[in-house]
Amino acid sequence: MNILVCISKTPETTAKISFSSDNSTFNTDGVQYIMNPYDEWYALVRAIELKEKHGGKVIAINVGTADNDIIIRKALAIGADEAVRINGEASSSYFVAKQIAEYAKSNAIDITFLGKETINYNGSEVGAMVSELLDQPYISYASSMEFDGTSATINRDIEGGVEVIQVSKPFVISAAKGLAEQRIPNMKGIMMAKRKPLNVVEPVACDDKVTISEYSLPPGKTEVKMIDPDNMDELVRLLHEESKVI
Amino acid sequence: MGVLIFAEATKGNYKKNALEAVYYGSKIANQIGGETVVFTIGDGANAGQFGSYGADKIWFNSNENSSDTQVVSSLIAQAAEKAGATYVVLANTAMGKAIAGRLAIKLDASLVSGVNALPSGNTIQKQVFSGKANATFELKGDKHVITVMGNTLQPEATGNDGIPEEISLSAPEPRIKVLDTKTVEGTVPLPEAELVVSAGRGMKGPENWGIIDELAELIGATTACSRPVADTGWRPHHEHVGQTGIAIRPNLYFAIGISGAIQHLAGVNNSKVIVVINKDPEAPFFKAADYGVLGDLFDVVPKLIESFKKFKAS
Repeated sequence: MNILVCISKTPETTAKISFSSDNSTFNTDGVQYIMNPYDEWYALVRAIELKEKHGGKVIAINVGTADNDIIIRKALAIGADEAVRINGEASSSYFVAKQIAEYAKSNAIDITFLGKETINYNGSEVGAMVSELLDQPYISYASSMEFDGTSATINRDIEGGVEVIQVSKPFVISAAKGLAEQRIPNMKGIMMAKRKPLNVVEPVACDDKVTISEYSLPPGKTEVKMIDPDNMDELVRLLHEESKVI
Repeated sequence: MGVLIFAEATKGNYKKNALEAVYYGSKIANQIGGETVVFTIGDGANAGQFGSYGADKIWFNSNENSSDTQVVSSLIAQAAEKAGATYVVLANTAMGKAIAGRLAIKLDASLVSGVNALPSGNTIQKQVFSGKANATFELKGDKHVITVMGNTLQPEATGNDGIPEEISLSAPEPRIKVLDTKTVEGTVPLPEAELVVSAGRGMKGPENWGIIDELAELIGATTACSRPVADTGWRPHHEHVGQTGIAIRPNLYFAIGISGAIQHLAGVNNSKVIVVINKDPEAPFFKAADYGVLGDLFDVVPKLIESFKKFKAS
């Protein structure tokens, strides 16, 4: 069984967010990058667990430039068998989805895993696009998954609840919290990762349908108004009369 | 030229996110001078109300496979073609996002999910970096799919109800089977909640949550928590708000006993009003707050409950 795990590179969660002076690009100075947490903690680990139980191989795929290799090696250290990097700038979710779908089509992938969203663009766009390009079912926000080798029973998070569904491979699944327990790479994994194949493939041509023209920071908060802890009537009054939210 | 809005039904009813999507879509239709068409799956019984939120036409199509994104996106794509839609709008729900990507491919359209403002010409804004910034996207081509964040616009009912009309569409065979649906009844889901009461490690243990539940119930708020609290199992994971949990933007967010780590702030800093209750004057959350109360939450929260009771009685 071939399992594909899409991994994305994101700024680490405490990174300071700032932009170039004309606000057109994200300022990468001093920013540390990590594997997108939903991809690493849940999607990749559940994929490895499936392989451990059912055999086959786990392929980590990333769309990006050579700077991303360090992140891809981490996926190999955690337990992916091989990796492929599509050598192009991840300029839009459509571009990324197109590359992943092309690879999946020509490599007989049974299950494609992704995180439910990246923590930088929060779009949850790539998974749905990949599944459409592959003409496969898509199960998003999966918080648990049982698999018998052919069909899967999956809990997916929906607004205010959980839906339990059944689907047969091939399919695309996006991982939410709960799908697996985070694994920390050990020394053996890190050493082995250096010898595992990381193939570099050139992207297929694809025109972006959106571009980001400008970034901005949310309007700053006004000075906090401190309220006497013994006068909660005043807080209630302010919430009602001043900010009108109660 | 027009706008097609997909209104997601839950057991034949519509939540606030559907009304918001329709209202938002009708505002785009006004901008571009087109028609507002609402499409929903089901018997259309409760869909007449969309008329008062700006729908010119309300279409429905019965299909039992509303959890299968292949089926739903196919139906919406056909409705969009029929409406000659320039924009297709969905609510930014789990299902809305899962459908939107498929639709964009089917319609050869651009896609921006999670927008938080109306488009301006061919640009549109959405929140990025989990709420730490906004980005303006330039839309190319002549068709666009958008999912709209909750609480982006407050929907106003103005005109009369409309009359839903059944349309016939062809549906592909479903490939997903729904075995069960478990919903938490009674509370508003976090992404839609207007009032949120959230608590953190300052609570000292899960046995102390009574005052949080009481405060939330009293004002009709949804409860939330910080990541450490969810990770230690004091509270369920679905209550975790922050960068790796749910990003929310309620009208009022109470942060009780939460220090305000940057990852937590990222998920809540778009709340309209933030009230922080903490006994640590150095808690970073005070810098992001509108109102701060420096004190022991076990003294402050019961007093706040009493004040709200007085307020409600007056």
